[in-house]
Amino acid sequence: MEEEYAGGVEKKFIYINRRAPHGTVYALESLETVLIGAAFDQDVSMLFIDDGVYQLKKDQSTDSIEFKNFSKAFRALEMYDVEKLFVEAESLQERGLSEDDLLVDVELVKRGEVKDLIDQQDVVLSF
Amino acid sequence: MSNSIEVDGKTLATDEEGYLENLADWEPGVANVMAEIDDCELTDNHWEVINFLREYYEEYQIAPAVRVLTKAIGKKLGKEYGNGKYLYELYPYGPAKQACKYAGLPKPTGCV
Amino acid sequence: MSTLNIVNKSPFEKRSLDQCLSRIGSDDAVLLIEDAVVVAMAGTRYESDLKSAAAAKKLYVLTPDVEARGLADKPVVEGFTQVDYKGFVALVTEHDRVHSWL
Repeated sequence: MEEEYAGGVEKKFIYINRRAPHGTVYALESLETVLIGAAFDQDVSMLFIDDGVYQLKKDQSTDSIEFKNFSKAFRALEMYDVEKLFVEAESLQERGLSEDDLLVDVELVKRGEVKDLIDQQDVVLSF
Repeated sequence: MSNSIEVDGKTLATDEEGYLENLADWEPGVANVMAEIDDCELTDNHWEVINFLREYYEEYQIAPAVRVLTKAIGKKLGKEYGNGKYLYELYPYGPAKQACKYAGLPKPTGCV
Repeated sequence: MSTLNIVNKSPFEKRSLDQCLSRIGSDDAVLLIEDAVVVAMAGTRYESDLKSAAAAKKLYVLTPDVEARGLADKPVVEGFTQVDYKGFVALVTEHDRVHSWL
């Protein structure tokens, strides 16, 4: 079964997502890293800024482009104890989107609050 | 050389480890044929896990981590089943790997 | 608590430098490497933006990448500090974390 993380030290990780899904592999790679990393019992948050907010857009339908609709996996993150999903309010607004357009519950942060969020982290991974 | 299995007269493509190439090819017979190859007889308990995996994949487009699978089975069948021992007894080759294979899902990225 | 932000794309092609600058504080640093170094040279259309950014934050540029692109003959924008690979390592150790803006 799952082994205990041998290091024993819990660190705070934030995954920062700045790219739209499907056009490049960044978004999928980020999500897979989060899911695999979740087995190590670390404190994990995700932050969506710039085009990264499109990753959480609801009603994605990828059948016609013959890609996997991995956006559905964002709804499974809770089961992996990844419960902190932050979205930058300005990035949504600039793109004509609001919280209602997103497929999961998120916490909105202002652009000016992003630094404070990052200052609380031990490790920053950017995709 | 390509790999495949025969199910009800149909030839279905698999990868070299026996996982179905196309999720859509799956039918219950696939699990039976794969189990036969492993010399394993599928009981209702096995099917509970297979069905859970298929529903989970349909809903989230990923195979659950073993931790998530264990928790979910415990919730469904009762606490005494929500542990690794029960799942390993059913699927000695590793619950995620073996059951995912029977369920027609891609090979999980985790370790079991 | 300070972060070393690393940017490696030219602003003529990608917006990551601007996206970075709009979200960091005065105790944070930005290091330009790879294609991003082009904007540390004086005379580009971004020069005045970077001058004002340099007044509020610490900006660095990686010299080997400047030299590799034949830009060492141009002056750097006022406020930029040039670093070599040793300086890069020092910056990493002086900050609490590193954020690479891919």
